[in-house]
Amino acid sequence: MTTEGAVAARVDVPVPASEILRVEDLCTSFFLPIGELQAVRGVSFILQRGRSLGIVGESGSGKTVLARSIMRLNVGANVKTTGSAFFEGKDLLSLESREMRKLWGSKIAMIFQDPMTSLNPMVKIGRQVTEHLRKHRGVGRQAAKQTALELLNEVRIPEAASRIGRFPHELSGGMRQRVSIASALACEPSLLFADEPTTALDVTVQHQILNLLSREQDQRNMTLVMVTHDLGVVAGRTDDTLVMYAGKVVEKASTIEIFGRTSHPYTEALMRSIPRTTQASHTPLVAITGRPPVATHLPKGCAFSLRCPYAQLKCHEEDPPLIPIGNSGHEAACWYPVGTDANQEAFERNLSDRLPQTLVVADALIAGKMGQTPGDSPEEGSA
Amino acid sequence: MAGTGKAHLRPDEEVLIKIEDMVVEFRAAGKKTVKAVSGISLDVKEGETLGLVGESGCGKSTVARALIQLPPPNSGSVVVNGVELTDLSEKEVRPYRTGLQIIFQDPISSLNPRRQVADIIAEPLKVWGPDDEEEQAEIVDRMLYAVGLDPEVARDKRPHEFSGGQCQRISIARSLILGPKVLICDEPVSALDVSVQAQILNLLRDLKAEYGLTLVFIAHDLAVVKNVSDRVAVMYLGKLCEVAEPDDLYANAAHPYTSLLLDSIPEPDPTLSIDLSMDQVPEIPSSIDPPSGCRFRTRCPQASERCIDEEPQMRKISESHHVACHHPLIAVNG
Repeated sequence: MTTEGAVAARVDVPVPASEILRVEDLCTSFFLPIGELQAVRGVSFILQRGRSLGIVGESGSGKTVLARSIMRLNVGANVKTTGSAFFEGKDLLSLESREMRKLWGSKIAMIFQDPMTSLNPMVKIGRQVTEHLRKHRGVGRQAAKQTALELLNEVRIPEAASRIGRFPHELSGGMRQRVSIASALACEPSLLFADEPTTALDVTVQHQILNLLSREQDQRNMTLVMVTHDLGVVAGRTDDTLVMYAGKVVEKASTIEIFGRTSHPYTEALMRSIPRTTQASHTPLVAITGRPPVATHLPKGCAFSLRCPYAQLKCHEEDPPLIPIGNSGHEAACWYPVGTDANQEAFERNLSDRLPQTLVVADALIAGKMGQTPGDSPEEGSA
Repeated sequence: MAGTGKAHLRPDEEVLIKIEDMVVEFRAAGKKTVKAVSGISLDVKEGETLGLVGESGCGKSTVARALIQLPPPNSGSVVVNGVELTDLSEKEVRPYRTGLQIIFQDPISSLNPRRQVADIIAEPLKVWGPDDEEEQAEIVDRMLYAVGLDPEVARDKRPHEFSGGQCQRISIARSLILGPKVLICDEPVSALDVSVQAQILNLLRDLKAEYGLTLVFIAHDLAVVKNVSDRVAVMYLGKLCEVAEPDDLYANAAHPYTSLLLDSIPEPDPTLSIDLSMDQVPEIPSSIDPPSGCRFRTRCPQASERCIDEEPQMRKISESHHVACHHPLIAVNG
């Protein structure tokens, strides 16, 4: 993401050729019997052509709804999306459905978490892979079959010629995901959304599928948006990262910066709470207390304030906007960003006030430093 | 490996659980047999946490279920605290299950949605506990408190009113209410969000210390297993590959499969380069028709003629590190 001018682009305004997607103040709400569920609350970002963007967050953070809103896949009378999403200069959110259908599969494609439910169980995989080609490009049956074979070979499906007439249930989970990638790539889209593409797969298969996506992205100069809950997946595979919490972007930066110079307390908390293989066994984990807020009843002020070890009065009153950190385009939505003096002071103050979530972090950090054995730590992460 | 052998087992008097030559098979369509577990031997010391890792279909959950005789293994022996469970009838084994409890991956589906939390947790007490209802209620409240839930709030609610992490706390409370010695955790955190996962792992660690539990911890996430375990067993297609202490295993993987697993983990560190060498590794074969000899040979970069014909046996690398491989990545003494 770069820091482009704040002037809103219009449909007819020429955009730099390098910019493929510009999302501005996108909000999506679902109107439920229990009230308005604000799934996405004012997300803006710019994506350059050929880059890869990771969108990270827990379930309910709005990451999938954001991707689906841009794709115009949220249908129903009770959904409302506002804001804009300019794809190559055209606002997707104000396009006619017919225009949108021309983009789906040909210019913008998406792969989903569960390949068993995203593939049609009644249709042979050869036909599924080339459906877009036949529809958008008018390719004939024989030519389509040839392309299907090439695509299946490219995504490394062994014995592609014999698999082309198989049904999805005859393939393993990893192979099915390869088929759905092949089908997404068929028309050579310029933008590919991958929504948790490897969450349902085993770790060795996940590694291969992620490598496949990265390779295809490189070769085709495709822009990739990867939605995931796994910081590990984002780390090695994306150029830029958005961290979402309760429907908002709380931190955005290059992936290197997100990990190297973590600024939002939520991002920091996520990183501290995941066990890593590089840590000694029994390393105490710094758990995040509490749980994410319910999207129908968001707290006033910062949505993370109730779980944040640094939260001050201001955090409970005013929702922080994205504030630049340094001058590399790194932004964090926090009044007391990690790594600043204000943050350190806030921590000390909360510690002396004995705020529970601050004590948990302090205890776990001390336990971690002293290399305690399990059971010695007094911490307790209550739900 | 996928080999057999018992070189990694410790003397009987040191261990609480001892599984020998466990075989579990299921019938599949067309007179075929799924060879879920094919001759596994494992032991767990009192107070130890044994981590079982492997990809889906490797038989790790089947081992855990056969351990509590749900269903009993087709053959082999399961000795817990000196009692041979496989010799017992379905009825005779029931009292022993009070000391052997299990929690499952999906906490919401393992709780009855139509019952109140206090009743769910008290259910084992109704069968095995004190008859006095007040006493039962008191034990339930103590347990709720121990797993980090407020008894006043939680008692009368139903599972759908709780989040996934809280439901997992409720199933932990239910599993511990009879004071078991052994708790089997079958993927207890895989369905939970990362921020909640650490809470449950810390809770299990605290409860283990408080109640002196012995844990069998099953997970596909190698980082989670490393964090909680005292000993880790790597499984592949119903066989054991390698058994070692976690720090040793992750630093000095001897089995090519362990190494493949470790190299596949997406590390949360953007400065690491991505290994592309594994892209040619074929998929896991079916456990209906597993490869001859070493079951891992079809995906193994080290595989030789010998691996086709001869199944590797467990061999010793050090006192606490054993591997079943003809061509281990580090030197084997025996």
